[in-house]
Amino acid sequence: MLVLLLLHLIAGVLAPVLVQWWGRQAFLVLALVPAAAFGWVLSRLGPVLAGEDVRETVPWIPALQLDVALRLDALALAFAAVVTGVGALVLVYCARYFAPGEEGTGRFAGCLTAFAGSMLGLVVADDLFLLYVFWELTTVFSFLLIGGSGRRLAARRAASQALVLTTAGGLAMLVGLILIGQASGSFLLSEVVADPGSGPATTAGTALVLAGAVTKSALVPFHFWLPAAMEAPTPVSAYLHAAAMVKAGVYLVARLAPGLADVPGWRPVVLGLGVATMLVGGYRALRQKDLKLLLAFGTVSQLGFLVALVGAGSRELAAAGLAMTLAHALFKSTLFLTVGVIDHATGTRDLRRLSGLGRRLPLLAAIGTAAAASMAGLPPLLGFVGKEAAFTALLDGGLADRTAALVVLTGLVAGSVLTAAYTARFVWGAFARKPGVEDTELEHPPEPLFLAAPAVLALTGLLLGPASPLLDPLVGAYADTLPLLAPEVEHLALWHGWQPALALSALTIVGGAALFAVRGAVTRLQRRLAVGASADEGYWNVVQGVDRLSVLVTGTTQRGSLPAYLGTILVVVLALPGTLLLTRAPWPGEWRAWDTPVQAVVGVVVVTAAALTLRIRQRLSAVLVVGVTGYGIAVVFALQGAPDLALTQFLVETLTLVVFVLVLRKLPKDISERHRPRERAVRGVIAVAVGAFMAAVGAVALSARTATPVSAAWPGPAYDFGGGKNVVNVTLVDIRAWDTLGEISLLVVAATGVASLVFLRRRTGGVDRVDRAQLAQGRERARRAPRDRWLAATATLDPARRSVVLEVVTRILFHTIVVFSLYLLFSGHNEPGGGFAGGLVAGLALVLRYLAGGRYELGEAAPVAPGLLLGGGLLFAGGTGVAGLALGEDVLQTAILEATLPVLGDVKLVTSLFFDIGVYLIVVGLVLDVLRSLGAELDRQEDQEDEIELSPGEVVLR
Amino acid sequence: MTPTVVLPVMIGGLYAAGVYLLLDRSLTRVLLGFLLLGNATNLLVLSTGGPAGSAPILGYSEPEGFNDPLPQALILTAIVITFGVAAFLLAMIHRSWRLARNEAVGTDEEDRRVAARRALDADELDPDELAPDDRAAGHADSLHGDVEELADDIDLPAGSGSR
Repeated sequence: MLVLLLLHLIAGVLAPVLVQWWGRQAFLVLALVPAAAFGWVLSRLGPVLAGEDVRETVPWIPALQLDVALRLDALALAFAAVVTGVGALVLVYCARYFAPGEEGTGRFAGCLTAFAGSMLGLVVADDLFLLYVFWELTTVFSFLLIGGSGRRLAARRAASQALVLTTAGGLAMLVGLILIGQASGSFLLSEVVADPGSGPATTAGTALVLAGAVTKSALVPFHFWLPAAMEAPTPVSAYLHAAAMVKAGVYLVARLAPGLADVPGWRPVVLGLGVATMLVGGYRALRQKDLKLLLAFGTVSQLGFLVALVGAGSRELAAAGLAMTLAHALFKSTLFLTVGVIDHATGTRDLRRLSGLGRRLPLLAAIGTAAAASMAGLPPLLGFVGKEAAFTALLDGGLADRTAALVVLTGLVAGSVLTAAYTARFVWGAFARKPGVEDTELEHPPEPLFLAAPAVLALTGLLLGPASPLLDPLVGAYADTLPLLAPEVEHLALWHGWQPALALSALTIVGGAALFAVRGAVTRLQRRLAVGASADEGYWNVVQGVDRLSVLVTGTTQRGSLPAYLGTILVVVLALPGTLLLTRAPWPGEWRAWDTPVQAVVGVVVVTAAALTLRIRQRLSAVLVVGVTGYGIAVVFALQGAPDLALTQFLVETLTLVVFVLVLRKLPKDISERHRPRERAVRGVIAVAVGAFMAAVGAVALSARTATPVSAAWPGPAYDFGGGKNVVNVTLVDIRAWDTLGEISLLVVAATGVASLVFLRRRTGGVDRVDRAQLAQGRERARRAPRDRWLAATATLDPARRSVVLEVVTRILFHTIVVFSLYLLFSGHNEPGGGFAGGLVAGLALVLRYLAGGRYELGEAAPVAPGLLLGGGLLFAGGTGVAGLALGEDVLQTAILEATLPVLGDVKLVTSLFFDIGVYLIVVGLVLDVLRSLGAELDRQEDQEDEIELSPGEVVLR
Repeated sequence: MTPTVVLPVMIGGLYAAGVYLLLDRSLTRVLLGFLLLGNATNLLVLSTGGPAGSAPILGYSEPEGFNDPLPQALILTAIVITFGVAAFLLAMIHRSWRLARNEAVGTDEEDRRVAARRALDADELDPDELAPDDRAAGHADSLHGDVEELADDIDLPAGSGSR
């Protein structure tokens, strides 16, 4: 079975390609897939009837105990035969339905084939969750097939309506399945049905599962999506909305009925909604002018009939229901395909305009009429057999409650009268010659292959009527799982002798014919009884209400002000965790003043500087003052016993200052005030409250801490396994190397982001190198400037901007700094330092070159694209991890290699060094990218007066 | 563990100043607020490591006296990341200034338009308000008044079984 499902999947994926190659003939090839499945299903008939279920189980997600559990029993076999058989024929039909080369055919073929696979999976799934997955897959494909290309509004609306309703039902069903599974202790359908459990959970779960079945099978009050779905091409209507998908609900009810029919609420829902749907559908079918819509309402009506039968929970009604399901699949898909042929041949489906088709297309008329006769319940067709079995069952037993049986029987007979009436209307509408209407011209006479599928289906329905005893073992194998209420089993047969049920069948035919005869009066009556409200209207009102509500909520909450959003978030933080902190938190019992008095001094400086930033309106001063807090923090780090942090913080703070100055020189000197005093007051209150809250959180968290820190045991293993004495560095490159890997990836993203924001119209990978000619020109210009060349490209600078002292210092220090950065990188494993600090130092060396010599100097100092450094670094760091994996260790695990080399003496190589080299490269790349973007490119834009030129219509989006 | 007075006061002061700046409309001040918040958060994480100790490097002192290395490792990467993100914000400020001569976050006009929106998309309209072609099939079929009546006498094709 799994192979067949995979075959459908592959065919679905390949379908667009096949259609591209072979055009519409590809459908004939695709039809082989469901046809093969059909053949396999029939070949299992023997074992299944002998009581041996075909089972396949493949582990899917073992951690969640999810299996792909498939099971083919009698019920599954009956449905699977319908799904695959009708599927194959519909695909054959498609090969002539679509015009050669019609747009969107490939997509359609893929969806339809994939749908066939999903539907097959649904009926053979034994796992509740697998059932749900296939269930939703059919919903999704139905949505895609109804929506088509998505260009037509009506199709879009019909598709989304079907999706919303069936998905809502599906979600309810999922909850229900979980409840039932929990209550019964198994998530296998076969075990749930055998031992469903009891109690409120089962009752609630059953109700929810029925909600799924009711929406899927388009029962009242959710019946309206099915007629709307007739926007889809006719093969879809024939397959999804007559034979297959809408039968999913019928299948589910039939599947669960043996176990859950006695759960409170099951029978009222199933029987009540079933009969009501049958009547509503039949009533509305009587007034349709579109043949397809007439059939759609007929389908609604029949679905109600089927659900009422299979859900009743007795052997005799279940047998009738299954027989009727087969009959319905045969005749309804035939009728839809017939309408498709008519539509194709004449260009209309309006029964007021069709006339005389019976004489022009006699074969089609014979096919359609045979199927219609089965629908109306005329002997000797399968529909008659099924319907009569239902009447017999209800007369003899069927339901334990006789009153209920009588009510249901009355409803079903009334529904069957309506069925006969709309069947007559269909045949008359499609094929009869109407006075006053001209005979319809045939634009495209149907080809034989076009008629093959409906012909085969109709013929099967015709043959299975007299041959219905052959079906009896299959139907019986399923029905025997349900209790028998009647005195004895009534087998399927065309002729049961003179019985009351025969009289009822005759009554339905006569009643239907009478209703059809007085159709004018019926139409007038329906018009008079028409009410303004309908379930469809209700649906749209609900949808619109939700939409209006969402607009209202959005409008109320979305004020368009960033400070307002941020303030709201902060107020929530204060209101919820803040309240908890005030009322519940264990406040520290004792406090220390400080760790060292110096800490307090630094604290005063930092807080004062932070307060000053609020007052200062000059950009550069504000940045400098913020820098003071940063340096202060670095001192605190050093005092606390964190030299690595202090080093890094000092370096980053310096780098930040430089970069800020680079950008802020392009902005106005002062920051203008944009806030009213009242706004400032509110901000102040929020800010002080958040500050107090965070301070309290820190203190409370620390005082509440009783467990030993996880890192207490790290120093020993850090040396033994990580090979380093600096525990912080070993933490970065070994113990928590995964974190570091994520963090350096973030750096790469940030650097790329900076560059892409600054390079407005191109993402340049080039490096500004000095042009020799340009250099000579610059030298000429700089005749009065210092002659000595201390740096490679300073000659390109305007002499007024050059500083000889800086050039000399840079010349002397640059290489020293670079060597020092490498020292930090290599020694970082045992001493303060490491890849981050080393990279920052190297970055500062580049900053020095840039400041001294301008953008060309930067290009000369680092003639490499930053993207290369960033990507190379990430590759290096990641590659280290993979290398460990390749050597059979864990990802990013450290190996220690020791060797004695000549000259160098004892050498100890720790592989995490390579990871640190990756970090180093990335940090250098980050600094270089920032310098190139915010430094060099900004210079270039100024030098070349590369202002943004906006064309008249162009709008800049901020 | 016993908290100090100094660190929470510093943390609180930095957070307060940072939040105040973050609520400004000027992007430069937002960025400064972001930097202050970064410093404050690093300090908060550091303070969870307990009292001051010696540097967690073997060979300099005994492991018992170490300051907790885990918060240190977390802060170290955070410092560099703060730099990267600050550079990104700075680039945004520059871009905003260069393109629009404005470095303030104004009111989002699109948000305001959404707030003022009354109309609905065609896909959500009541079918009655749509053109007949766009209505779903079978919608309100009870209400159509344009039925042309057909004559009642019928002429069914030969062989039809439903009478």
